[in-house]
Amino acid sequence: MKYFINWHVAPKEPQINMKQLFAFIRKEFYHVFRDKRTLLILFGLPVVQIVLFGFALSSEVKNIGISIFDNAHDNNSEQIINRIKTSSYFLLKDPVISYNEIEERFKEGSIKCAVIFPANFSNDLSHFGKAEIQIITDGSDPNTATILVNYLSAIISSYQSQLKPAQGISYQIIPQVRQLYNVEQNGSLNFIPGVIALIFMIVSTALTSVSIVKEKELGTMEILLVSPLKPIMVLIAKAVPYLVLSIINFIIILALSVYLLDVHIKGSLALIFFESIIFIITCLSLGLLISNVTNNQQTAMLISMMGMMLPTILFTGFMFPIENMPVIFQIISHIIPSSYYYIIIKAVMLKGLGFSYVWKETLILTGMAVFLLTIALKNFKIRLT
Amino acid sequence: MKVLGFILQKEFRQIFRDKTILAMMFALPIIQLIILPLAANFEVKNVNVAVVDYDRSSFSQKLINKIASSGYFRIVGNTISYRDALKLIEKNDADIMLEIPQGFERNLVREGSQQLNMSVDAINGTKSAIGSGYLTAVLKDFNRSLEVNINSVNSSAMVQSSVIDITYSDWFNPRREYKYYMVPGILVLLLTLIGGFMAALNIVREKEIGTIEQINVTPMKKWQFILGKLIPFWIVGMIVFTIGLTVMYIVYGIFPKGSIPVLYLFAAVYLVALLGFGLLISTFSNSQLQAMFVAFFFMMIFMLMSGFFTSIDSMPNWARQMSNLTPVTHFITVVRLIVLKGSGLWQVRQEMYYLIGFALLLNGCAIFNYRKTS
Repeated sequence: MKYFINWHVAPKEPQINMKQLFAFIRKEFYHVFRDKRTLLILFGLPVVQIVLFGFALSSEVKNIGISIFDNAHDNNSEQIINRIKTSSYFLLKDPVISYNEIEERFKEGSIKCAVIFPANFSNDLSHFGKAEIQIITDGSDPNTATILVNYLSAIISSYQSQLKPAQGISYQIIPQVRQLYNVEQNGSLNFIPGVIALIFMIVSTALTSVSIVKEKELGTMEILLVSPLKPIMVLIAKAVPYLVLSIINFIIILALSVYLLDVHIKGSLALIFFESIIFIITCLSLGLLISNVTNNQQTAMLISMMGMMLPTILFTGFMFPIENMPVIFQIISHIIPSSYYYIIIKAVMLKGLGFSYVWKETLILTGMAVFLLTIALKNFKIRLT
Repeated sequence: MKVLGFILQKEFRQIFRDKTILAMMFALPIIQLIILPLAANFEVKNVNVAVVDYDRSSFSQKLINKIASSGYFRIVGNTISYRDALKLIEKNDADIMLEIPQGFERNLVREGSQQLNMSVDAINGTKSAIGSGYLTAVLKDFNRSLEVNINSVNSSAMVQSSVIDITYSDWFNPRREYKYYMVPGILVLLLTLIGGFMAALNIVREKEIGTIEQINVTPMKKWQFILGKLIPFWIVGMIVFTIGLTVMYIVYGIFPKGSIPVLYLFAAVYLVALLGFGLLISTFSNSQLQAMFVAFFFMMIFMLMSGFFTSIDSMPNWARQMSNLTPVTHFITVVRLIVLKGSGLWQVRQEMYYLIGFALLLNGCAIFNYRKTS
């Protein structure tokens, strides 16, 4: 009977709800678009990161300052010096005339490497069949030091083999190196997945974490709570604008990497988007959770910026290889959502693998999203204290 | 001077009142300074190699043993099909695939040369580059031992060839330990983050709360206001720096080789420049969120360009200029020089000029940009 009376009212209710939801989402969009500077930073951040990583930063070692302490001044030493000079790895500084001067230059920071030829270099080489060259590197940067020693050894040994071409063919294994997935050796491939994950963490987590706590701080939370909207609707309305912003940012990054950095996207675009949206939802849930449990903007920002950003950079493995870390950190990396996303995006976007390769990671990520969203919802207090 | 005293008193009270923020200012950098160097390790070891051995000869076996025993590599699979090995790479279980072709031993003995295929997962740039470099070195070494073996068997006429011996030594860090390079850099970054963010959030907070009005109606001069904001954070920064140096010594055993007063002199000037930058952002911004994001934006650029992650020398020219125009670059360079190499003030005077320049410029802008009328 009740149903009979209200039958024409009942179907209308969800419609009103949807309308309310849209009104709330619109309000959130106003909040976001009002702050032009933050918006500018949001879109400037990925652009600047891509440009810097793409064009300014490289893990290559070149143009390294080198000084030569030539005690020999003979044919062979001059020839080797010429070879070093023409190599693009080194920037030949003025020759030094004493051992102490080398140290002086290291301390000024003008050179990272020095080569010392002993007196009678040619003489030793031709008469005794053996001569020495000493290389001194600035060991304070160990990786660069290793690479420099390798470069110099290669230059010297190639000079040596040219010196004695008739030495007879020795047994040799010639390694042929092939670069899988990255034939053109595009350095951009190394950092793009990391940049994407980082931007999502900034846009989705940090901004969302401020959104609810800001209403608490400004006192407008009261109004939200007396509205007929359910908590889940409030959370959805809060999250939607940042979801949209994240997706726009994602498209910008993809477009920049394809058109500016010549990255080939090998896998299916639909799959990449699908996985990204799952990850964005995870980040948003995390942001909402932070926002629900904190009481002021500064704390929320400190947690989401300092607390979340560093683990993302460290434990996803895009800056530093995870295998080298202590075991405890390797375990931590397994509970950080971005490390799964990083694996997925590398496999799908750069290696061109299909869903069958990443279903496990996808499942974990989805589980995390559901888990975080549930906790966020549970922690949403409908009473002000 | 008296006016300055009052505002300092006010600022210190505010800093000490908020215990959580105070704890964060000191605890965050210390915890991170202890944890970060453990994680931030560019050293490459445990490169995973999948071997496809089509030859299955004693030579190929010897080669594989040699690779496994070199200490850098972990043999994760020894298969006889390319597909299986590729699968290992696809699953990220292997970084390098080494193919030993059929007839490897025969060709090597008969013809004296044989090619090997090395396929590298080039998505992990550093790891693949250094890993393949190591592997090439191991192969070269294997060559040499091979030569000796075969030559000694048919030791007819082993010609004494002329050799250039290369000896090398690494100064300042003979054992090539990465921590010496990372820890001073991380210390600078943390100091920069804390100082920059705190200063950036400070004035804008007064704007948001509304207390800036009360300050604006006092007869205080603009420079007094900026100086009053700067000094407390400068002291906090110096304390954080001192704690950082202590942690560096106690946890990592790194003691500055150079003079400590010079180090502190640089830190003092750098903090003035950095805080000036934070305050400048603060005078520009309308809300704390905005200040935080603008500060984050610039901090990120500063950090990336500072030579902390990648060497400045290998940057293109425009980027090197840009890197010169960020204060963090100069401070990181100087701290590394003084702590690791013991450089004196005269040797690093140029960085000092830069830092003094930044300090004057940024604080000047902050004073200029602060308006007492809204």
